[in-house]
Amino acid sequence: MESATLPTPVDQPAEEDRTNRRVELLLGALASTVLLFLAGMLIFTLIKAWPSFAANGLAWFGAGGNVDEQLAAIFNSPADAANFVYTLRAWPLIWATIVVTGLSVVLASFIGIFSSVFIVEFAPPRLQALIEPVVKFLAAVPSVVYGLLGILVVVPFIADTFITESMRESVRYVIQLDGTSVLAAVLILTVMILPITIAIIVDSLREVPVSWREGAIALGVNRWRAMVTVSLRAVRPAIVAALVLGIARALGEAVMLAMVAGSIGFAPNPLDGLLFFLEPNRPLAPTILDGEEGLSVKPFGETMYAFGFILLFSTALFSLAGWIARASLSKTSISAR
Amino acid sequence: MTGIFLCLVAFAITVYMAVKGLQFINLDMLTTSPTPAVDQSETGGFLDPMIGTLILTVLGTAIAAPAGVGIAVWLTEYGRPAWLARMVEAGTEMIVGAPSIALAIFGLLIFQTSLMAPFSFTAEGGAVFGRSFFAAGAIMSLVALPFVVGGTREALNSIPKHLREASYALGKDKASTIRRVLIPAARPGIATGTTLGMAQIVGETAVVVVLLGASLQLAPEGAIPALDVLRGTGSTLTSYVYVNSPAGEGNAPDKAYAAAFVLLMIAITLNLLVNLFGRKGPSR
Repeated sequence: MESATLPTPVDQPAEEDRTNRRVELLLGALASTVLLFLAGMLIFTLIKAWPSFAANGLAWFGAGGNVDEQLAAIFNSPADAANFVYTLRAWPLIWATIVVTGLSVVLASFIGIFSSVFIVEFAPPRLQALIEPVVKFLAAVPSVVYGLLGILVVVPFIADTFITESMRESVRYVIQLDGTSVLAAVLILTVMILPITIAIIVDSLREVPVSWREGAIALGVNRWRAMVTVSLRAVRPAIVAALVLGIARALGEAVMLAMVAGSIGFAPNPLDGLLFFLEPNRPLAPTILDGEEGLSVKPFGETMYAFGFILLFSTALFSLAGWIARASLSKTSISAR
Repeated sequence: MTGIFLCLVAFAITVYMAVKGLQFINLDMLTTSPTPAVDQSETGGFLDPMIGTLILTVLGTAIAAPAGVGIAVWLTEYGRPAWLARMVEAGTEMIVGAPSIALAIFGLLIFQTSLMAPFSFTAEGGAVFGRSFFAAGAIMSLVALPFVVGGTREALNSIPKHLREASYALGKDKASTIRRVLIPAARPGIATGTTLGMAQIVGETAVVVVLLGASLQLAPEGAIPALDVLRGTGSTLTSYVYVNSPAGEGNAPDKAYAAAFVLLMIAITLNLLVNLFGRKGPSR
């Protein structure tokens, strides 16, 4: 960044100056296409999705009826434009997205913050040297591999261990409990987000000047308190960055969730007690993936683009919120990269 | 404690995948194309998905690397007007956060327009199919782009000022300083970023399923050699694993395990490469 203020050489021949100007413009135009692309993506997805939103109004976001039956009706709607079916109450899908994303992000940031503190401050050097490549490795495992392990190992495990015959009996007429569940989705998603969270927070914790913490310790505070009151406060922008990335990853995860969340448009009910965690569901992103073959059916495709727009819009919003939060926090702390 | 737990998880994943993978994999799988059949012993291997992964990675990287380096150079060396630079910065960050499935269906929207017809095939009646290696490669380049930009920027920022000043003192102008001094010096950073981007492309599934068609075999379109493959549909290792998992249509867990093992090996290799480039640091 500083380099931008470097004095450019003077007394250049006019020819060279023009070349420089051209290079700057060319690269600037290239960079601006990123913005153009983002704007285009939001606008065109919204235009494509509009019929679905327009036909339902705000009820689009509400609950009512069976969302899978509604999607099937949209898919099978008559071929002439006047009779397209658009009726949709997307709440079960939205609720599943909120539950799965929320739980796994909360879990991952909680575990992530504590393990980062442990790694930087308390872990023996040998363990520290081991953890870094491990974290990088976990972040590099493709999501479809997580999904495969989930559906072939975690899901059967949950079905065998936690789900009893009486539980199955109690909800028989509503849903099938086969192990694909909120629990499986949240567990695996947490393992997927955790490495990113830890990598970002650890990097930032390492940059906290030792003297800051030493100052606190010299004032008679113990190591743990110094960590919490000085270091963790100093890296708040990094924590926000980790949170935003975690939310984005969780919202956008389609493949793994399509495999382990149980492709049923059912809204898990918190009033069911512990059963809540064992109920199948299907967040928005896997819904698009599942409906991929129907994209060419006009009303169905438009409904899928509506899901896509909701995802795009919310990740953009979180990105923006994170950007603002970091800008305001960085005045009093170490700025995140 | 959690640190140890993470190590255990990583260890368990690797060992379990290695055991399952080595148990089911054989040389035939690596050298035969997948074929539709009722009997599992006749469904072939995953040669085509491996070729698909290779083509897609090369295509995506070929677009992302130059574009990413260009954007990073503009951000660090020019960055005027400042508000535009900050917006571009935020924009690249937003691309990282954008759900890949949303990128994929937006890509389909673009490539199904008649303007983009040459990049895929046109069905009878004029509807453009919109799914091809070109389409998937273009969107994959976006998936990799932020990583190339990030790696390059970091490297450019860590180049000492005196290197630039020395170049100016020798009478070089800014454009040739960038070309002859800064980019060569930033090479390890560019390599790190590009490799990270490649790892993203290799591991991406949603874009493949939506934009590449996830067809069983490579399905060339047209008569021009090489170009016909790029215009046609295909699959990659990720989509092969997805289709062959119990969630997909194939439902052949053995083959899914074997393909996932190969996929994991590629991911680990790329990861090791990143470490290798990272250790070298910015060279002089």
